[in-house]
Amino acid sequence: MKLPRLAPFALLLAAALLLAGCQRDTAVPWQLTSIRGHMPDLSFRLVDDSGKTVTAADYRGKVLLLYFGYTHCPDVCPLTLAHLHAVLQKLGKPADDVRILFVSVDPARDTPAVLHDYVRAFDPRAVGLTGSPRDIEALVKRYRASFTREPAKGDSGYEVSHSSAIYVFDRAGHARLLATPPDSQAQIGHDLGLLIAQKDAP
Amino acid sequence: MKRRALALLFAGLLGAGAAHAAQADHVRANHAWIRLLPGALPASGYVELANDGDQPARLTGAASTDYASTMLHRSAMHDGMSEMAMADHLDIPAHGRAALAPGGYHLMLERAARTLKPGDTVPVTLRFADGSTLAVGFQVRPANAD
Repeated sequence: MKLPRLAPFALLLAAALLLAGCQRDTAVPWQLTSIRGHMPDLSFRLVDDSGKTVTAADYRGKVLLLYFGYTHCPDVCPLTLAHLHAVLQKLGKPADDVRILFVSVDPARDTPAVLHDYVRAFDPRAVGLTGSPRDIEALVKRYRASFTREPAKGDSGYEVSHSSAIYVFDRAGHARLLATPPDSQAQIGHDLGLLIAQKDAP
Repeated sequence: MKRRALALLFAGLLGAGAAHAAQADHVRANHAWIRLLPGALPASGYVELANDGDQPARLTGAASTDYASTMLHRSAMHDGMSEMAMADHLDIPAHGRAALAPGGYHLMLERAARTLKPGDTVPVTLRFADGSTLAVGFQVRPANAD
């Protein structure tokens, strides 16, 4: 009776070991989820909050925090951005090498001007990105994120639901880590500090 | 005799009234604040509520002279997605607490009637299921308040 009961645990253990074996990052004690080799390099063509067309190449050399949201989101998006601001403040000077890329999934309302005021209210290192629905959707799909739009009863016309994860990229644009809401500011700060210290991205 | 009976009846009614005091009378509000966003974007309001009463209290809505629209909303996580929806009510258990807090229940405040800035106080009237109300001053804080 005891063996079959243990079987699921043995399977789980085997799976965990297998996963660990696939990880090339085992030497670094990441506290967030490593996605190295599991997500493609950063690539996009969007419009920044000054109205300029930009691509991922424009942010090479910076450690990037990619987050999908929209400005008519008064609760969760500001909470996430305020957390990231606090993390960067705590990191101090090295955080100057970090950029928060806030990608709007609501381009109809989020013009570069609206986005500019929004992201700057949180952190000078935050960049608002918008663009054509097609270009935004391409980026969303690239990272297996998603968003939906539903009519709302209030004044805002419609409500948007969106992926809550934060994707972390190294200076070379490689996808490295995934932060999700249960991750604390301390955990995000810890891993960002390590990633910033990797001056020459492998 | 008749007058005395009436007086007794009146006293009894008063007593009954005190025993079933309005829900708002038992609720205390703490750390009420608003996260202010730039331009005409909606803001969010948060507050901690404690119910000293023997009966549960039910928050059903709110209003403010500083905003054209004030609604009770709730953010939730579902399959890795953040969602926001209108909420009918928030129950505060007898001798218990409930909170409007970032990432959960919150007030969604739209169309400000005046230009607000961090440090301002916004008057908000919280409405309970029995029709009673509680006036609370919400402190305006900047967008990146943690």
